[in-house]
Amino acid sequence: MPERSFPLPSQIEAVPGAEGWEAMYPYFSRFQPEDDQRFWFYNSMHFPEVVPAFDGITSEIPYTAIGANTARLFSFPTTMGIEYRIINGRVYITANPVLDEAEQGERFVAFQERAGHYYANWDRIYGEWQERIEALIADIEAVEVPELGDLDPLEVVTGGRGFASNHYLRERFHRCIDLYSKMWHHHTELLMLGYGAYVVFFEFCKQAFPEMGDQMVARMVAGMDVTMYRPDDELKKLAGLAVELDLGDLFVEGADPAKVLAALGERGDAGARWLAALEAAKDPWFNVSVGDGFYHHHLSWADDLTVPFAALPRYVEQIAAGEDLTRPTERLAGERDRIAGEYRALLDTEEEKAAFDQMLGLCRQVFPYIESHKFYCEHWFTTRFFQKIRAFGSLLVERGVLLAADDVFHLRHLEVEDALVDVSLAWASGGTELGARHWQPIVAERKRIVEALSGWSPPPALGAVPEALNDPAVKMLWGITQETIETWLGGDDDDGSTVRGYAASPGVVEGIARVLLNVNDIGQIREGEVLVCPVTAPSWGPVFGKIAAAVSDIGGTMSHAAIVAREYGMPAVVGTGMATARIRTGDRVRVDGDRGVVTVLG
Amino acid sequence: MGTLMATRSVLHFRDVGIGDVATVGGKGASLGELLRAGIRVPTGFAVTTAAFRRTVEHLTVDGEPIPGRVAALDPADAEGLAAATAGIRAVLESAPPPREVADAVAAAYAALCDECGNPDLPVAVRSSATSEDSAEASFAGLQDTYLWVHGAESVLAHVRRCWASLYSVESVTYRLRRGIPETDLGMAVVVQRMVGARSSGVMFTRSPLSGDKSVIAIDASWGLGSAVVSGDVTPDSFVVSKVTGEIKRNVATKTRWHRPDPSGSGVVETDVPGELQDVPSISDEEIAELAATARTVEAHYGCPQDIEWAVNDAGEVFLLQSRPETVWAEKDRARRAAPTARPFDHVFNLLGGKRPTGG
Repeated sequence: MPERSFPLPSQIEAVPGAEGWEAMYPYFSRFQPEDDQRFWFYNSMHFPEVVPAFDGITSEIPYTAIGANTARLFSFPTTMGIEYRIINGRVYITANPVLDEAEQGERFVAFQERAGHYYANWDRIYGEWQERIEALIADIEAVEVPELGDLDPLEVVTGGRGFASNHYLRERFHRCIDLYSKMWHHHTELLMLGYGAYVVFFEFCKQAFPEMGDQMVARMVAGMDVTMYRPDDELKKLAGLAVELDLGDLFVEGADPAKVLAALGERGDAGARWLAALEAAKDPWFNVSVGDGFYHHHLSWADDLTVPFAALPRYVEQIAAGEDLTRPTERLAGERDRIAGEYRALLDTEEEKAAFDQMLGLCRQVFPYIESHKFYCEHWFTTRFFQKIRAFGSLLVERGVLLAADDVFHLRHLEVEDALVDVSLAWASGGTELGARHWQPIVAERKRIVEALSGWSPPPALGAVPEALNDPAVKMLWGITQETIETWLGGDDDDGSTVRGYAASPGVVEGIARVLLNVNDIGQIREGEVLVCPVTAPSWGPVFGKIAAAVSDIGGTMSHAAIVAREYGMPAVVGTGMATARIRTGDRVRVDGDRGVVTVLG
Repeated sequence: MGTLMATRSVLHFRDVGIGDVATVGGKGASLGELLRAGIRVPTGFAVTTAAFRRTVEHLTVDGEPIPGRVAALDPADAEGLAAATAGIRAVLESAPPPREVADAVAAAYAALCDECGNPDLPVAVRSSATSEDSAEASFAGLQDTYLWVHGAESVLAHVRRCWASLYSVESVTYRLRRGIPETDLGMAVVVQRMVGARSSGVMFTRSPLSGDKSVIAIDASWGLGSAVVSGDVTPDSFVVSKVTGEIKRNVATKTRWHRPDPSGSGVVETDVPGELQDVPSISDEEIAELAATARTVEAHYGCPQDIEWAVNDAGEVFLLQSRPETVWAEKDRARRAAPTARPFDHVFNLLGGKRPTGG
């Protein structure tokens, strides 16, 4: 198939109005001439939007950690790490496979020893992991942005510290970056091995039961006490409390959270009790991002109450009507075990049943980590991290360098460091920061660039078509199979009324589409609509109560949107790549969650 | 089975089971066995292999016994073979069988009419092979099915047509080439109450496409099952999970159906009325009942089954036949997984790369 090719990176046309975008990203993220011969795919799962300059760190650092984990720590036999490139603000990645068989053999020896140690001691290591990640979260929360007064406080002098507070500018900014890097190393520490256990069971099921849907495999291993469900559970408890305290009338659809809070403040003891309960639930459970933790503008529920308050009115109404919203964990656990038991019983031999038990057991052992790590890493830690960077942005505003705190995210992290040096020097010398003149036009230009680039539709893949993609590690780590590539190559064949993706949750439903590009518009969703969005983050869980089906541009059958949809028993098609571009609000659509097809009916 | 039963010319389904293939053929034995498993099948009886043998021994062609005449044929002599087999078939179809056999069939039919409360009961007459070899069965023309037959005389005539089919050119050639002795020849015929099939079809207790044992694959269409079996129609296809009961549907445009001839005998093949063509031919409740029935049968036999079924106007599900699925049974042996010393060795086996096997 040498004549077939995806668009070459070198041939991607410039986007009008986005000239100079390259300066937003580091030199090592740019496509090189020889990259035309390699296969690259758009990482739409993690980077569905244009990456602002600072947010480039969310590819730079994760890929230093993931590659180090597979290539250098655990010595995965058939793969090194991932290389990434940014073009027109979008992140493309490729895997570096190990093709030499002798090298694979050597790596396999080390892999067995190293991975074996982790698997054999999994529960202990996971316990320690949890302590470490919570310590990292405490560390990032403890970082203080230095205050630069006219004079440093007297204690600095009398206490013998010996250095002035501007020193902390760089040290503490660096500490944020260093902690972020360490968080990502811990993020991947158990993840690749966990996926390894999952893919083994997945492959076994697919061979033994070819008709089994992907979601069924997930259902057999799903945990019941999943951290990612906790924010939603807390919300339901708050709704229950509102009913109990006779405050339900304050929670109406479309109400501004600030006004609701103010109204609660005027409701005496009951209002105060509810507000106290809210504060208790917020820490830590509202530290959940409205996105997937890769963009600075994905705030947490705690930072912005729009999402949780959009869900509360319905919960209040349901509870007032006598519905029990608590997750029926016992029933779900019973159902999970029944399904696993029945598939096991369908296996022919005792040998196969024993193998099934081993694989399922290993999967269930690693799954609590797989299901919970996101809350600690992408949500809790990452939203705190971005808030710290935002605080440095506020400092730059105070010092006159930037016009708004969020403008800091239009500077690369090394540029922020430059700006902080500028502040440090000006404070020390009694002069004036030169950054206003330098950075403000750059920020303005980059805002225009991001705007221009957001209209570009990135091809799903670039460069050469790979000859074969059968390596389970590639499939496991990046979800790319030969079939995916064929779909991408043949992607232009249909008539535009059909969008294909992963069948994430079974069932067929017709309804009116609500295309939601911005999480802040979540209050617009109406009962019975089909939610169409770029990515459904776990924190969107609450709105699943009122929609008929979910469709997303990105995500796999193991994405949290898929898990939540299955839990709510509604059809979902995820990872369509283009649903938000093809479907418009008001379109009547049919969502076929059995086959992974969405059809626009008119 | 006692020797008395083994020599009887007819046996009711309720008196036979899976051990009686030699007497009542595969179909007859299977229907008896299904009854024993508590499955609803259209009632009926089998005309036994003993009745067939008695008839063959009783009749002669040009004064010569039939087995000897067949054994003397040369499979390479096409013309001679055609003439001789035509002669034998003519005798089997027209010369009266032994009185005792004819009486037994007539009495069994009358009893069946009584049982069903219809003095002119329409029945299906189908050959029921004793051989497990499906290739032999198909070459030997043992797939005859006559639907909507009425009256004792017509029933006997169709039984004789089934017998005669054993002497088709293809069937005789097959036996001669394989060296199968005529004395081993045996065939039973099943006579079964006709189900007024609103819809019918076939189902497998595993996927015929992938071999997956966790699903039941149902093909269904309007009218009699012959339209589905003969490929005259593209049926609706339903795949039901045994574990969750979830149904994957593929409703086809069903253009043709086979129905009883309004004149009262036989079957007519016509176009399905437009308003029915794109409507699912069975309801979700019927799918669920079929799937449950299929699982009962599979559990009863202990192996995957290939089943013919029908649903009557009252929505009652009947099984017409069940036999072991053979295509995937063979492939199963080629597979697969075994436990490892430590659970995570499975990970090493999958992610290990191109190492020598067994590592």
